[in-house]
Amino acid sequence: MSDITRSDVAHLARLARLAVTDDELDVFSGQLDAILDTVDRVSEIPDDVPPTSHVAPLTNVLRPDEPAPSLTREAALAGAPEAEEGRFRVPRILGESQ
Amino acid sequence: MTSTVDAAPYTVEEVCERFDPVMGLEVHVELNTATKMFCGCRNEFGAEPNTNVCPVCLGLPGSLPRVNARAVEGAVKIGLALNCQVRERSGFARKNYFYPDMPKNFQISQYDDPIVFDGYLDVPLDDGSTWRVEIERAHMEEDTGKSLHMGGATGRIHGASYSLLDYNRAGVPLIEIVTKPILGAGVRAPEIARAYVSALRDVIQGLGVSDVRMDQGSMRCDANVSLMPTGTTEFGTRTETKNVNSLRSVERAVRYEMGRHAGVLLSGGSITQETRHFDEQSGTTSAGRPKETFADYRFFPEPDLVPIEPSAAWVEELRAGLPERPWERRARIQTEWGLSDEELRDLVNAGVLDLVADTVEAGAPAESARSWWVSYLTQQANTAGVEPADLAITPADVARVIALVAEGTLTNKLARQVVDGVLAGEGTPDDVVAGRGLAVVSDDSALTAAVDEALAAQPAIAEKIRAGKTKAAGAIVGAVMKATRGQADAARVQSLVLERVAAGS
Repeated sequence: MSDITRSDVAHLARLARLAVTDDELDVFSGQLDAILDTVDRVSEIPDDVPPTSHVAPLTNVLRPDEPAPSLTREAALAGAPEAEEGRFRVPRILGESQ
Repeated sequence: MTSTVDAAPYTVEEVCERFDPVMGLEVHVELNTATKMFCGCRNEFGAEPNTNVCPVCLGLPGSLPRVNARAVEGAVKIGLALNCQVRERSGFARKNYFYPDMPKNFQISQYDDPIVFDGYLDVPLDDGSTWRVEIERAHMEEDTGKSLHMGGATGRIHGASYSLLDYNRAGVPLIEIVTKPILGAGVRAPEIARAYVSALRDVIQGLGVSDVRMDQGSMRCDANVSLMPTGTTEFGTRTETKNVNSLRSVERAVRYEMGRHAGVLLSGGSITQETRHFDEQSGTTSAGRPKETFADYRFFPEPDLVPIEPSAAWVEELRAGLPERPWERRARIQTEWGLSDEELRDLVNAGVLDLVADTVEAGAPAESARSWWVSYLTQQANTAGVEPADLAITPADVARVIALVAEGTLTNKLARQVVDGVLAGEGTPDDVVAGRGLAVVSDDSALTAAVDEALAAQPAIAEKIRAGKTKAAGAIVGAVMKATRGQADAARVQSLVLERVAAGS
């Protein structure tokens, strides 16, 4: 049995920058518990089976070290909510978690 | 919870009376590939902001990363140079965190299967001894963008009201090299930290896979420090000091943190696990953001990138091509060329050791090669504001100029003009000699005529020479050199003057 608490959900929500209401903490902790229990069945597989991270049987998909065109600065910044001095402008970084 | 209060630092000697320091050093090295780790944007320092960006490194929806083959090669070379094992199958993982230096909100890194692992570096110390630093792993990842913090008094993150992001550096291939805990260093811990980073820099420079410029951020060191009471074996809580941007700072940061930890612990406080910023000015550290715990990064396999499986044959090929260790190479060169410690140090500091070595390899005597690079070429580099290695002349060109002087085609003065011509893009030394008509006038009949002319023009001096005052010949030699625009061998002219006077000219 998994044991996802309300505070686990709150912590995960903060890491993912999601706003979660008090009621949702209860809902999600129950749902995540059920999900983890299901996923936990993977542990029934014997240890000598290597984990599968990719289903495609490919390795060494590499690219030569040759420059390709970049975006223009205007194009790069076009989708930014705010730009200044050719740079992306973002809200202050520290403070929210302290 | 007194960790943010700076207790009076103790000296390392005082610290080590009560504690054993434990260090872990994480060094990030930007590879000098032409392009980024996962896209074809140029990897260059100092470009206009946000001009080397594309959908992949900006993390735009629908873009797919592709691994730069040369970056994998650089990582494996670094691993081999650090005596590491190369993993047969190695994958990428997403390290998730919200911070605007990565527009994707994750960094592609490696998690539990780094490309190389379990190595060591035997680090030469100032007293001639060696300290073995064990390497835990080195893995591939991508560098982050650069932030400018605006609105604060000092440009620091604290007090800033907003930040400006340049993503040119986001996605630049980065190798993170992590040591195992360095134990038993005692009072030498700060020195060993510095020596390790210095040796690592030299090794990587020798591989040619990175510029390893700490001042430009292509090599950066984070120093983890903790203390445990002498005689115990359980590590204390560590802090990770970032922003350590010179070799000297590595040493100072470790020394400061050792003293600060001791101050906190001896006053009954406890160390908080956190990131700290090193201040170059004061030599102190200050609390940064509380470190996220490892689980908070929620690593998971990068679904867009398939595993890397370096073939054994390729790894052996790279291993066979590894250069000598820089300090071994220096010791060998010093012996072969018979250099004093000071002469060797001058070559290294001037950044010309390899250039001299290559010039010698191209056939020049060591003494001439050294002299050219240390004096005239270093001056030209300084004037142009570039490194000697970036001058538009190759060691082979310099060797050719030296050969032309040795065979008498050029005087030293003419040789400098030839070098100037090569630097100015006029071609090879032979092209410049031909193009500028710089060869020494060694045709005796032409020189004899010039000498006779000069003697005739200055009869009083000719008379003095005839009377045995051979020093007076200097004036005639000068006149001849002027007439031949410096293209005569002065010693030859001198003897011709005396011959012609004796012959009654």
